[in-house]
Amino acid sequence: MTARTMAETMETAQDTGVVRLAAGDDWLAVCDRSLLTPGRGVAALLPDGRQVALFLDRAGRTYAIDNRDPFTGAYVLSRGLVGSDGGQPFVASPLLKQRFDLATGACLDDDEVTVAVFEVRAD
Amino acid sequence: MPVSTSPTARASRPAAVPTLVVVGHGMVGQRFLEALAERGLTGAAGTARVVVLCEEPRAAYDRVQLSSYFSGRTPDDLSLVEPGFMERHGFELRLGDPAESVDRAARTVTARSGETFAYDTLVLATGSYPFVPPVPGKDTEGCFVYRTIEDLLAIEEYARTATTGAVVGGGLLGLEAAGALKGLGLDTHVVEFAPRLMPVQVDEGGGAALLRTIENMGLTVHTGVGTQEVTAGEDGSVNGMSLSDGSALATDLVVFSAGVRPRDQLARECGLAVGQRGGIVVDEECRTSDPAVFAIGECALAPDGRVYGLVAPGYEMAQTAAGVIAGGKASFTGADMSTKLKLLGVDVASFGDAHGTSEGCLDVVYADARSGVYKKLVIGRDGTLLGGVLIGDADQYGMLRPMTGTVLPVAPEQLVLPAGTGGPAVLGPSALPDDAVICSCHNVTKGAVCEHGTLPEVKKCTKAGTGCGSCVKVIGQLLPQSQDTGLCGCFPYTRSELYEIVRTLEITSYAGLLDSHGRDSARGGDGCEVCKPTVGSIIASLATTVGASGYVLDGEQAALQDTNDHFLANLQRNGSYSIVPRIPGGEITPERLIVIGEVARDFGLYTKITGGQRIDLFGARVEQLPLIWTRLVDAGFESGHAYGKSLRTVKSCVGQTWCRYGVQDSVRMAIDLELRYRGLRSPHKLKSAVSGCARECAEARGKDFGIIATAQGWNLYVGGNGGATPRHADLLAQDLSDTELVRLIDRFLMFYIRTADRLERTSTWLDRIEGGLDHVRDVVVHDSLGLCDELERLMADHVRGYRDEWAETINDPERLRRFVTFVNAPDAPDPSVRFVPERDQVKPDLDILAGPVLAVRTLEGTAS
Ligand code: SRM
Ligand SMILES: Cc1cc2nc3c(=O)[nH]c(=O)nc-3n(C[C@H](O)[C@H](O)[C@H](O)COP(=O)(O)OP(=O)(O)OC[C@H]3O[C@@H](n4cnc5c(N)ncnc54)[C@H](O)[C@@H]3O)c2cc1C
Ligand code: SF4
Ligand code: FES
Repeated sequence: MTARTMAETMETAQDTGVVRLAAGDDWLAVCDRSLLTPGRGVAALLPDGRQVALFLDRAGRTYAIDNRDPFTGAYVLSRGLVGSDGGQPFVASPLLKQRFDLATGACLDDDEVTVAVFEVRAD
Repeated sequence: MPVSTSPTARASRPAAVPTLVVVGHGMVGQRFLEALAERGLTGAAGTARVVVLCEEPRAAYDRVQLSSYFSGRTPDDLSLVEPGFMERHGFELRLGDPAESVDRAARTVTARSGETFAYDTLVLATGSYPFVPPVPGKDTEGCFVYRTIEDLLAIEEYARTATTGAVVGGGLLGLEAAGALKGLGLDTHVVEFAPRLMPVQVDEGGGAALLRTIENMGLTVHTGVGTQEVTAGEDGSVNGMSLSDGSALATDLVVFSAGVRPRDQLARECGLAVGQRGGIVVDEECRTSDPAVFAIGECALAPDGRVYGLVAPGYEMAQTAAGVIAGGKASFTGADMSTKLKLLGVDVASFGDAHGTSEGCLDVVYADARSGVYKKLVIGRDGTLLGGVLIGDADQYGMLRPMTGTVLPVAPEQLVLPAGTGGPAVLGPSALPDDAVICSCHNVTKGAVCEHGTLPEVKKCTKAGTGCGSCVKVIGQLLPQSQDTGLCGCFPYTRSELYEIVRTLEITSYAGLLDSHGRDSARGGDGCEVCKPTVGSIIASLATTVGASGYVLDGEQAALQDTNDHFLANLQRNGSYSIVPRIPGGEITPERLIVIGEVARDFGLYTKITGGQRIDLFGARVEQLPLIWTRLVDAGFESGHAYGKSLRTVKSCVGQTWCRYGVQDSVRMAIDLELRYRGLRSPHKLKSAVSGCARECAEARGKDFGIIATAQGWNLYVGGNGGATPRHADLLAQDLSDTELVRLIDRFLMFYIRTADRLERTSTWLDRIEGGLDHVRDVVVHDSLGLCDELERLMADHVRGYRDEWAETINDPERLRRFVTFVNAPDAPDPSVRFVPERDQVKPDLDILAGPVLAVRTLEGTAS
């Protein structure tokens, strides 16, 4: 992911309609923004079968990372709790509680682990 | 019957390795064996044959903690011998086989079993026997002593049919015995010949303070009178005592606790030197008058002319003797008689020259008769602290004892005055010199303690704190302290402080709480995975009271719950969920049982009877949960909250209705309790059980609150735990009526919810909170904080506000919307949740989750 798209991820619009994920050259409409609860996630299915975990934080920003928990192999990251540490939002895996930075996908409890980050926008 | 753990003993002397025979396997005998093992002198190492003759039917146990049997420790809990210890070291322990004679010329010991053991070295660790004054009637049925587990079992049995008990002797052990009789529900008297209680340890002023406190507890104390005769009724058992002042005392049971005498009979009979007033004479190496024979512990008369009736000096002798026998140099010249005890809940401590016998010493005394506090320091002419007595408040003991012999860094009066009157000076343990002994049981210095970072580490590496436990507090103060007691990086408050904030300010929103009471850096942020569920649980516990929605997934509350609560089911390793319908008390009709079977069959769920008397259905996908629950709710089932930090099960035994032993209807009570407390969110899960009689088939004493039926009603036990650190529950109150029982549980649970830390079961909470069980009893039984009305009201609010979460969920399309795997493909099942067959059912297909799965380090708080 490039710096530009990451900045975009962080600054997505606040109250508008549809949440979209970058899929190839297109933006895939995922769901109505109102379906997201601040501080919680949902899972979305990409056409190629990949699973994405989508989150909304308290400030209204959306984030998208891979739904697969690399520590257990289960597709559950969307079901974790969202928190923030020094302004950095993260999700804690519901299985064994490792935390992942939502903006970068980096695992905060293990330097060597990262999950993929997806481009997302809400407009 | 003799039992040996190793090959049967032979009388012939083995050629190569020396034989060591130990007579007596009490506290000191066991410490001696440990000391041998530490020095490599064991059967297993091939360096010695060690035979231990043990008179009692069980291996060494913690006699110091003997009375804790009455507060719930079992004989097994009291054992001092780690499982496998004897086998591992090849020590031959012969239970129930005392030594009967010693032939020093032939160097043999003959045991009661008739077997004779040849020794190279003999170690006597025979302890003491309780002295019973030679009054007429002392052997009447109903007379006891207080020394062994067997004594306690006999007293307990006899007390079942008794209403009054008397203890002869108001010393340390007498008061302990009196406390035990009181605990057994007897109207208890203490008869002490001396003019004050605990004449050996405390002075007159201290004795008076102790007397008042003990009388306030409902015990009757007779000082300055002797027992003249124990009288018997027509059936030949005790019915009273006549006292030296001419009065008579009616009693059903008598416990003699008039001091102990060294057990030196064996030594006398084989011609070893014994002291004029008893005790086997030993030198500084613990050798008796025969160089091949050692004596250690309470049976020995130390070179300073004293027989030590405390365990710490005995342990030192054990170390000394083992050191000498192993060929090293060691000596025991005498020890400190300091003690700190909690007698009937009263702190009593004395140390050093407590009676001020040194020349020219002066006393600094503070006494407050109203609060039963008495403190005395004995100060030498040059200002050195020589000793002291502390009654009613012995917090400073741990500090003062190690300072004995030094000049105090502050004026002594500052140390005895209560707070608010210019004292007490906070004399932190940092003021102690490095060589000050912190743990006198194991002789561990401050320097040695400070090499470690945590209490468990200190206990493991130095043994400090594992004896009487009185030094644990000071050890805690010596260890590095974390200044910040805040819940997490977001809140500077503890869980119980947050509870108070939410309750008093009636806060119903996490975000509101974070922004008003969070740390500056966390305000306006998203919180974290620690405080969110904690605050979610607090708001849920208080929902009705503070006016929050009682449904845990409403609005913002939905974002606070751990994933299990979020889907009202338990997440499994492959991302599927399990379902546990509530089966109150474990009672279920065949019809409902059939419904569970049908649901499980129709949805292909793996089905298992749980350890909690109900049925768990595994392998549901998120979108199946509402369908499954619709079927279950229709059949009358409710959520079992297996996913929540809330009430799990109230286990029951079949009880009086069917069981021939049952004395109450345990099933009905279990159902009533389960229905009352269902849905109650708490700091950790809550489990309960009700047994219909003392056989305890429901294992109530392994539960957070357990109830055992008695002929008169119910006994309530609290703080039990299975799991990782099992703990037997402690008796909180006895013979309660149904109403009293429920009221007490209401208070207990609400007090726990209010004051416990997150993820702290009642067991750890009870062990942690200041004052422990006694404090909790004061608060919930005696209403010492005036909180009980409020606690009951809070519980009434909960009971009134309870609604079944699953019924609410399936009846609300809004709420049902979250039960989809994919937000953009609500009908698509999760392709990663698959199953493979096993034993006629299914199990998760973990292969499809494979791929690069990383090594797992379990993090704190992982359990649901
Ligand atoms: C299903 C069951 C095992 C079984 O197949 O029998 C079970 C299963 C789980 N137990 Fe348990 N425990 C079950 C009875 C017990 C018991 C026995 C009992 O209750 O009589 C104990 C020991 C008693 C006790 O708690 O004092 C027990 C001690 C634990 C512990 C350790 C608690 C402790 O204080 O040390 C945990 C971990 C925790 O809660 O932190 C735990 C946690 C769990 C969790 C929730 C672990 C997790 O986070 O996934 C398991 C999930 C259940 C599920 O997915 O449905 N389970 N667990 C039992 C459910 C009983 C029920 O009907 O609700
Ligand atoms: C209720 C109670 C509370 C106490 N509280 C405290 C306290 O708070 N602090 C403290 O320091 N001390 C306390 N004590 C004292 C402490 O228990 C003793 O100092 C300690 O047990 C002494 O250990 P020992 O091994 O010398 O004797 P014991 O522990 O008595 O062991 C001696 C063993 O030898 C056995 N024996 C005797 N003769 C023979 C034989 N011929 N053959 C085989 N075996 C034999 C006995 O049956 C016994 O098991 C308390 C004692 C009691 C009873
Ligand atoms: S605890 Fe007592 S009443 Fe209950 S089943 Fe067991 S023996 Fe029967
Ligand atoms: S002083 Fe008894 S355990 Fe430390």
